[in-house]
Amino acid sequence: MSDAPVLSLTDVRVNYGGIAAVKGISLEVRQGEIVTLIGANGAGKSSTLKSIVGLVPLAGGVVSVFGRDIRGEKTHQIVARGVALVPEGRAIFTNLTVRDNLLLGGFLKRDPARQQQNLERCVALFPRLGERMSQEGGTLSGGEQQMLAIARGIMAEPKLLLLDEPSLGLAPRIVQEVFAAITAVAKHGPPILLVEQNTRLALQTAERAYVLVTGEIVLSGTCAELKQDPRIRAAYLGEDVHT
Amino acid sequence: MSQFIQQVINGLSLGSIYALIALGYTMVYGVLKLINFAHSEVFMVGAYSGFYAATFLGIDALDQSGQSFPLYLALVVLIVAMLVSATLGMTIERLAYRPLRNAPRLTPLITAIGMSLLLQNLGMLIFTPNPRRYPPILREVRFDFGGVIVTNIKLTIFAVAMALMVGLWFLVNRTWTGRAMRAVSMNLDAARLMGIDPDRTIGKTFAIGSALAAAGGILFGLDQITINPTMGTLTGLKAFVAAVLGGIGNIPGAALGGLLIGLSEQLVAGYISPDYRDAITFLILIVILILRPEGILGVVRQEKV
Repeated sequence: MSDAPVLSLTDVRVNYGGIAAVKGISLEVRQGEIVTLIGANGAGKSSTLKSIVGLVPLAGGVVSVFGRDIRGEKTHQIVARGVALVPEGRAIFTNLTVRDNLLLGGFLKRDPARQQQNLERCVALFPRLGERMSQEGGTLSGGEQQMLAIARGIMAEPKLLLLDEPSLGLAPRIVQEVFAAITAVAKHGPPILLVEQNTRLALQTAERAYVLVTGEIVLSGTCAELKQDPRIRAAYLGEDVHT
Repeated sequence: MSQFIQQVINGLSLGSIYALIALGYTMVYGVLKLINFAHSEVFMVGAYSGFYAATFLGIDALDQSGQSFPLYLALVVLIVAMLVSATLGMTIERLAYRPLRNAPRLTPLITAIGMSLLLQNLGMLIFTPNPRRYPPILREVRFDFGGVIVTNIKLTIFAVAMALMVGLWFLVNRTWTGRAMRAVSMNLDAARLMGIDPDRTIGKTFAIGSALAAAGGILFGLDQITINPTMGTLTGLKAFVAAVLGGIGNIPGAALGGLLIGLSEQLVAGYISPDYRDAITFLILIVILILRPEGILGVVRQEKV
């Protein structure tokens, strides 16, 4: 188990009504890593994450967590294995208070002392949430909702954190704040698989990257390598590359 | 004035029965977005379970002695009926609705209507279609407050219903089961991502709603003296209107809607004509659907993307 990657996908396929969204991708996330999956809108990034936690069915391939095949398990069972997904669009419970949202994040870790400790960790990470504890989730700004969604994921004490487009729709200053927190989480916490459209930011934050184009991985490597890759620079970083 | 107070007291008592039943409709709607039409029969079965439990405990409907029975027996009757209905509700969900979880929404709705008819006919087969006199779990005592007649039965109905609703409030807002129920009703996929098993939560929701309907059934039997296997149809429909009036899916709304329907029914019966007591409920339904389809406490959901 110590050697098995935290997450491994082998030839994973996802179909929506006969249309292939993910066409056989393989990737790995190891202990202590931030790995990013980048690609344009509709490349299949979110579908990949949803298939990992069983929110969309696999059309083929294998998903394993800590070397264990989790195909066919239900979402709540996969979550119980220590996989937390912070979904695209945040999906916070808008009519519940920030505190109740966070407590639900720890639904499987109900020991009150532990929850209190985790709540304090979240507030340390996102001080703004501390000020908004008894406010309803729906009254938060977009950036605060994103922070809440990430904090809610952390409340589960995950062994693997999946983040789906945490920068989506946020002002640049807030994006910086959110990504600083993501880096802080990864420092002592679980490995992270980060899905992003914001390529520059993703390559700065992660150590390794996979590039997804229309459901297939076309490129992978360390972020340092990819930042220098002319194809990436031209297609994703918007740089004028003379080759 | 005393007539008005009289009608209000009777209305609140009747309304609290509607409220108990309406809660089951609204809770199930919350988690499944399904109108569980079989709920009215769960209410009926609750009333009959109470009937048989009381008879078994020696509380005879034909008893002429006028003796009072110990209060703990009433409690036993209540608990037995709530357990029977909870089991029935969970069984209906397991057998009839769970296999249809991914079917189009119309399919479980039609199944619910079929389930309702099936249970009603089974009721006629098992309990016989003849009305039964309800056992005197509580002997009526009348109090006269300057022309306003209050019976201990009306007071008990109101008190038991309120106690159960306070209990429900506590369960929904202060327990993990309640948090899971609210999470599932607000955002199913997000609830799954919290590690909540939706099927378990939905099963518990049916159990709780059905137990409340059983309590409503016993209170109805105490109030109306007789029960029969089709008793659920009209009362269940009125409770459903109460749930819509309060805002379907909204728990405090169902309680409020139930009380308002009970009040309007009694006031119309008292001041206009008893002939219109059923009509007013459905008039309210039509008006609310035109003017405020989301109900009194319902909100139009706006999701922030």
